[in-house]
Amino acid sequence: MPRSASPETLATGVIGGDTASIARSITAIENDAPAGREVLDRIFPHTGAAHIIGVTGPPGSGKSSLVNEIIRETRGRGKKIAVLAIDPSSPITGGATLGDRIRMLEWHADPGVFVRSMASRRFGGGLAQHTLTVAHVFDAAGFDPIVIETVGTGQDEVAIAALAHSTVLVQVPGMGDSVQTLKAGSLEIGDVIAVSKGDRPEAQALARDLRRLQTLVDDMDGLMHGWRTKVVTTSATERTGIDTLLAALAEHRAWLRDSEEWELRTRRMLGTEIASRVQQRLLADVVAASESTGDVIEQVVARSVSPLAAADRMLERLRSRR
Amino acid sequence: MKQPVRILVAKPGLDGHDRGAKVMARAFRDAGFEVIYTGLFQTPEMIANAALQEDVDVVGLSILSGAHMSLFPPIIEALRQVGRDDALVIAGGTIPATDIPRIREMGIAEVFGPGTRLQDAIQFVRERTGADDPEGST
Ligand SMILES: Nc1nc2c(ncn2[C@@H]2O[C@H](COP(=O)(O)OP(=O)(O)OP(=O)(O)O)[C@@H](O)[C@H]2O)c(=O)[nH]1
Ligand SMILES: [Mg+2]
Repeated sequence: MPRSASPETLATGVIGGDTASIARSITAIENDAPAGREVLDRIFPHTGAAHIIGVTGPPGSGKSSLVNEIIRETRGRGKKIAVLAIDPSSPITGGATLGDRIRMLEWHADPGVFVRSMASRRFGGGLAQHTLTVAHVFDAAGFDPIVIETVGTGQDEVAIAALAHSTVLVQVPGMGDSVQTLKAGSLEIGDVIAVSKGDRPEAQALARDLRRLQTLVDDMDGLMHGWRTKVVTTSATERTGIDTLLAALAEHRAWLRDSEEWELRTRRMLGTEIASRVQQRLLADVVAASESTGDVIEQVVARSVSPLAAADRMLERLRSRR
Repeated sequence: MKQPVRILVAKPGLDGHDRGAKVMARAFRDAGFEVIYTGLFQTPEMIANAALQEDVDVVGLSILSGAHMSLFPPIIEALRQVGRDDALVIAGGTIPATDIPRIREMGIAEVFGPGTRLQDAIQFVRERTGADDPEGST
């Protein structure tokens, strides 16, 4: 396919599952090229079926290795799976090393597996600006499930939960005591908690602690929602616990489907996507309307205008332009 | 602002030395590129399929084995097979200067052998792809 393929051709290709069309469309979306929006407009009616699964957890906790095993198990069940793996961009140079794919190389020739690496491009929360929009491309191409691996996250990057139907929180033994675990805001976002590197001796103890903690949390509010977080011990090196993890995810999906949750979460996901797009566009417009924001910033630096007043001023400039 | 350029850095061949590939990956990252690093033992098909799915603009090959003359043609052929022969392919490593003209004929855009600096490779790729220089030095 020529690099100049029209959005119409790309969209037809995506719906037909053509790898080059999928790859090219994702680039267009990621780069905010006009073709990206045109492709999306055309394929969007063909989306909505796929189970979108977020995988998040601390840096080096074994997310990619676990996703590789999820691929194996999913392929074993004959389903097409796509992975969107996000790694951080340097805030200084904008460069990035995208190193998740290296854990999933064995599937390179399998047409039922699509792995795409994506840099966060300074978008917050362990995600990239167009995370869910890219997932729509995989969805339209018939991949189900779609797994989103976030940047290795700290204690407060919980944004993935608003962009996925199910969130797998990866916790790794030997990273502090259960107070650490309790403090981690991300604990509450896990629909399933995977204790990774289960071949390590401390894994069972961590799983036990997490289960206890989770029972407490569930007794307080979890049952209100009707889902009890499942804690599964997995090992990517020994390939254990993966079937249990997939069973937990299937159960979660069934629970979502049988309750109103699937629709609620879908609404939240799409609402988040729209809001993030509006934010992005609005900021670009504000900056453009201010022509040079230099003078505003000068005044703030000189402490003669507060940051909040400066923001209001910039918004006023945009409004007065219309 | 221009969007970052994506480059696949791979180490084909059977020897287990990935230092060169790591250095190449790091230099391009520091120069503002998005580097998909796939590391050692990459077969031509692995490289081509990664270039296709990741939709990279550039493929950077690190060579150490001395088997470069036989390694390059199947990679170029695999890229053509998946329709990615439009990607800019560069190579770095222990490649004698006398081999370079023939390697260029194979379809490798430029070769950075011993004595060349990584900055030269980065500069070359910037010129060919129009990539931004985050330091704005050029
Ligand atoms: N013992 C053991 N080590 C593992 C297991 N899974 C992953 N590792 C090791 O943990 C390290 C990190 O693995 P990754 O899968 O790259 O972790 P990650 O969470 O994706 O890392 P980032 O994406 O960089 O945050 C590697 O050295 C793996 O070999 C496991 O099940 N057992
Ligand atoms: Mg990873």
